[in-house]
Amino acid sequence: MTELPAQAVAVTRAFGHFVAVDQVDLEVRQGEAVGLLGANGAGKTTLIRLLLGLLRPTGGEIRLFGEPPSRSTRRRIGYVPQGLGLYDDLTPAENLAFSAAVFGEGPEAAVLPEPLRQYGTTVVGSLPLGIQRTAAFAQALAHRPDLLVLDEPTSGVDPLARARLWETVAGAAAAGAGVLVTTHYMDEAGECDRLVIMAAGRVVARGTVPEIVGDAQVSVVESGAWAEAFGALEAAGLPAALVGRTLRVPGAAPAAVRRALGDLSATVTSAPATLEERFFQLTLSADTTQVQP
Amino acid sequence: MTAPGAGHGAGDWWGTEDVSVRYGSTLALNHVWFRAEPGLVSAVVGGDGAGRTTLLRCLAGALAPTSGLVRRPTPLATGYLSAGSGTYPDLSVAENLAFRATAYRIPPETARQRSAELLARAGLDKVTGRLAGQLSGGMRQKLGVIAAMLHRPDLLVLDEPTTGVDPVSRAGLWLLITRAAADGAAVVLATSYLDEAERAHHVLVLDVGSELASGTADQIVAAMRGTLTVTGTRPAGEAGRRAWRREGCWRVWDPGPVPGAGGGRDGSAVRPDLQDAVTVAALARELARTGAERESR
Repeated sequence: MTELPAQAVAVTRAFGHFVAVDQVDLEVRQGEAVGLLGANGAGKTTLIRLLLGLLRPTGGEIRLFGEPPSRSTRRRIGYVPQGLGLYDDLTPAENLAFSAAVFGEGPEAAVLPEPLRQYGTTVVGSLPLGIQRTAAFAQALAHRPDLLVLDEPTSGVDPLARARLWETVAGAAAAGAGVLVTTHYMDEAGECDRLVIMAAGRVVARGTVPEIVGDAQVSVVESGAWAEAFGALEAAGLPAALVGRTLRVPGAAPAAVRRALGDLSATVTSAPATLEERFFQLTLSADTTQVQP
Repeated sequence: MTAPGAGHGAGDWWGTEDVSVRYGSTLALNHVWFRAEPGLVSAVVGGDGAGRTTLLRCLAGALAPTSGLVRRPTPLATGYLSAGSGTYPDLSVAENLAFRATAYRIPPETARQRSAELLARAGLDKVTGRLAGQLSGGMRQKLGVIAAMLHRPDLLVLDEPTTGVDPVSRAGLWLLITRAAADGAAVVLATSYLDEAERAHHVLVLDVGSELASGTADQIVAAMRGTLTVTGTRPAGEAGRRAWRREGCWRVWDPGPVPGAGGGRDGSAVRPDLQDAVTVAALARELARTGAERESR
């Protein structure tokens, strides 16, 4: 049997009365990238801290490479936190050397990758954000981890630079590592082999993008008077997303939207939902179920 | 040169005409033309160091350009949310809005009504006593946006209102942005999310201070030079330098005018979207730069 880099079995974590992670099952297999999506407060960060061994579950079980989290499993994990986890007053080379030493690696693991060499003598705090991010990736990958955990790795990065970072991630997966990545960026979710969507501490959907979106639909309003249509929908409690001069309504069927528009001149049709819209629907219904006793 | 108040009755738009900004030896903006129209949302896109913040600061009147003309309303008719801050962390939600109302000379009764309306729209009406510094990232950004639009500005300038914000808060922020545009403001927002730019009425793509592309999302895509193919693996050799990863596959850009004449021979042609067009523009510039470096050696 091949070893599972990361596995959560019915994991629960409570802080006092607040259940941040509720009966979550998750697997990251060798060579695959799993995307973890969720709104703020959905429990993603708590789940990652549980997987890294920084928190202990209140219930259920975490297994890394088939064992409970420990220092020896940590050695096999590469982690890029949201804040990148670099020392601002060290150069990229010094950061890398320090990290390699901590992981018990020799100097060969502290060799700066090509794009970073020209910045070798500048302290990280003075480098552009994109270069800092490349340095953080290099540091996380230097000890050739078997599990790579990335927390919002490309927030604020332009598309070409993002594509380059994903080449690095895909390279690690192709070499056999399991990758777990959280993101708020739905386009990025398409880079993952599988997605897990959390809301209110629970997993509300899992699978590939097409599996998660399924046949979900949204209503699309086309009107010369989009501003008035937006106001009418707002008054009816139907939040609409502006896309150019059309409005997309994820939460209501065309007939309901048509009613809300009253006698306003508009065409209302139905269209396949995007991943973001489906995510929105899933999150809203999870919140509603929590409110009900 | 800056012209506050210019544009009233003169075609009625705000923006820049041939604006350059120099910081010492760095050219932060290089002859940039930009137009924001009332009732529409315009997006300024670009990576780190592209010049987005510099352009937005010029529009907001926070920075005078080295050359060129900025067409903007008077300061009291401008609303500005700067990147990363925009709210006072040591003031409560209500105090942040009260401070803005005073600064923008909004009559007390109007301020009270407008604050209540916007707090409810932003879902912040239950947390008015909380310090802004103790709000979640998404809530803090919503507070920043409603503070910037409190006085119903003619021009609303928002620097990365949605960066790092979760999708649900992002949707909430867009409801506020859409409301401001529906009320007639010219809205300008900087973003690094291209799906967001695709929703705007007008897009300006910046790269190292210069315009990379501009127009509606459709116009930018239509203006993309060359053709695009998709393959399962990265092509070998020179074509590999014109390839990038997207959604688990490789996109290969062929700059030639004849479809299929170059790199992506094995792939199938794909219709580009805004993200592809912007990536191609950045890639073309990167290739031109490295090509020039090679020749100069």
